[in-house]
Amino acid sequence: MARITLEHIRHAYSEKAKAAGDYALKEVHHEWEDGGAYALLGPSGCGKTTLLNIISGLLTPSDGRILFDGKDVTQLSTEERNIAQVFQFPVVYDTMTVFDNLAFPLRNRKVPEAEVEKRVNEILEMTDLAGMAKRRAQRLTADQKQKISLGRGLVRANVNAILFDEPLTVIDPHMKWVLRSQLKRLHRQSRFTMVYVTHDQTEALTFADKVVVMHDGQIVQIGTPAELFERPSHTFVGYFIGSPGMNIMSVAIDGATARIGDQSIALSAAPVLKGQGRIELGIRPEFIKLGREGMPITINKVEDIGRQKIVRASFCGQPISIVVPEDDDIPADAKVTFEKQAIGIFADSWRAMNETGRQEG
Amino acid sequence: MEKTWNNKAWFLVLPVLLLVAFSAVIPLMTVVNYSVQDTFGNNQFFWAGTDWFVEILTSPRFWDALWRNLIFSGVILAIEVPLGILIALNMPKHGIGVPVCLVLMALPLLIPWNVVGTIWQVFGRVDIGLLGYFLNSLGISYNYTQNPAHAWATVIVMDVWHWTSLVVLLCYAGLVSIPDAYYQAARIDGASRWSVFRYIQLPKMKRVLLIAVLLRFMDSFMIYTEPFVVTGGGPGNSTTFLSIDLVKMAIGQFDLGPAAAMSIIYFLIILLLSWVFYTVMTQSDAEQK
Ligand SMILES: Nc1ncnc2c1ncn2[C@@H]1O[C@H](COP(=O)(O)OP(=O)(O)OP(=O)(O)O)[C@@H](O)[C@H]1O
Ligand SMILES: [Mg+2]
Repeated sequence: MARITLEHIRHAYSEKAKAAGDYALKEVHHEWEDGGAYALLGPSGCGKTTLLNIISGLLTPSDGRILFDGKDVTQLSTEERNIAQVFQFPVVYDTMTVFDNLAFPLRNRKVPEAEVEKRVNEILEMTDLAGMAKRRAQRLTADQKQKISLGRGLVRANVNAILFDEPLTVIDPHMKWVLRSQLKRLHRQSRFTMVYVTHDQTEALTFADKVVVMHDGQIVQIGTPAELFERPSHTFVGYFIGSPGMNIMSVAIDGATARIGDQSIALSAAPVLKGQGRIELGIRPEFIKLGREGMPITINKVEDIGRQKIVRASFCGQPISIVVPEDDDIPADAKVTFEKQAIGIFADSWRAMNETGRQEG
Repeated sequence: MEKTWNNKAWFLVLPVLLLVAFSAVIPLMTVVNYSVQDTFGNNQFFWAGTDWFVEILTSPRFWDALWRNLIFSGVILAIEVPLGILIALNMPKHGIGVPVCLVLMALPLLIPWNVVGTIWQVFGRVDIGLLGYFLNSLGISYNYTQNPAHAWATVIVMDVWHWTSLVVLLCYAGLVSIPDAYYQAARIDGASRWSVFRYIQLPKMKRVLLIAVLLRFMDSFMIYTEPFVVTGGGPGNSTTFLSIDLVKMAIGQFDLGPAAAMSIIYFLIILLLSWVFYTVMTQSDAEQK
């Protein structure tokens, strides 16, 4: 259990890296609070695994420092950092039994055999593997192997943190749900700092208190699920979180008015823009009202997704999605109004200013 | 995958079968034929029954050669397998070192066997050989043509030099197939260097090791060219292995009957021992499932 501080961490896999593009991690400066449950969310290749490996000590960052409870551990080995990590692909020791696999991290640390027995049995119970404790691990199915991998991460008491790298990808949906609630329960009991990597947003939003969104080697936003939804600080977050994602359209800003084509949209405050850059307006499909009033759109397609309908349309030549309740009818000459409070203005992809006029970034 | 049975498939293996028949089965039958007959020349043959087999199996000369050969195979397996594993474990896995090491390792395997023999024959000579001269100048009266122990040491070192690479290359192939995640997991689990070897690397090398042991056993049990070139089976009979003995008997003395009987016994021994190795090693594999 520890507070983990990442100070200006950068990492490049090749030693000759110079340009920002050579870095798998551009710059990460962040603190993981002691006992927090974090989800690390981001698309493939954005550097999630790299970041985890740096925290656990499998990789030494090219630049920057890592502190555990204020103590510099950058040069310490994985062993000395006392971190558990579960990998993306199942790793089992083929020649050992399921029991011995789970006992392995404990026995390596000279935990007394009685304690080993107790801990391993708990984990066997939790991962639903109790029936096969004596079986060789070699012949098991992929999801059983992944459960063993997961179990080896959970079996140790008193770790500084547990890092999960997409641990449930190969596990079937029902078991996935069961294991995730088990993890959540374990977190509440043990209060280990947990970082859970995934690119499935429902998984992230259900597991974590705080979601860390990564994009292209950078952390773009850290927040509660609600914050990410309501006030994304980067267009990527807007687009990545939510289904369908936020509507992003290029606009021109004139004081407290945004102009798209020949339409003017009133903003709650005039955004402060530094320099020229690319200016975009973002609004979630849930906050657009479809009716007979407002700005005209051309509807291309209506998708019925159960309790809601998604209207795909074009607005001033730009594609737009609108979520409407199931039983609302859609007028032939549909018009839209944007909820003023829900509009975000983004300059070069970063949120320029929120409704109350406070600068963010 | 679903297996399909189709008798036409036999036609596809027919060319190979014919080839093997001509190159292996027919000569083997000829040998069987010789082994049960006697001749005094003129292409006249007499039925001899099992006489030659009895003669070979009761001759001390055969048993001595057999023991020599078994000891030789045992010694070179005991050296080459652990040494090969050790070298493979220490070979680089990334970067420019990989092709360099692979080429270096493959070099001894590319040299024709009689050339290997000649190299060591010259290398070990006391008068002009680098090794022989060097050892003698150190005060060791090394002479493989007179001292049986020196002859053995020379033949063994030569074989190790020649063939350890094969074990290295096979083990290396097994090692590079291990995903990085295994080593990372082992570090997280706090595994020692020995545990990594015992629980990750060895299990992955097991299959290729089986092949390496079989190949090295069969090859060393049939060794002929290199010791023949270096020591000619001497001094005395000290490095006369089965194959050298066989050639002496067949070509040198032209005792076709006994030589044929010996060939068959020799062949059966190799078959039997290979089968034993194979079952023992696959058995221990099966137990672990
Ligand atoms: N060992 C490596 N050597 C060189 N480049 C690497 C290595 N591992 C990762 N990279 C690169 O670093 C970047 C980040 O990779 P990383 O594995 O951290 O992504 P990720 O977010 O975990 O993706 P995924 O969701 O696919 O697991 C990628 O562009 C990848 O190609
Ligand atoms: Mg990854």
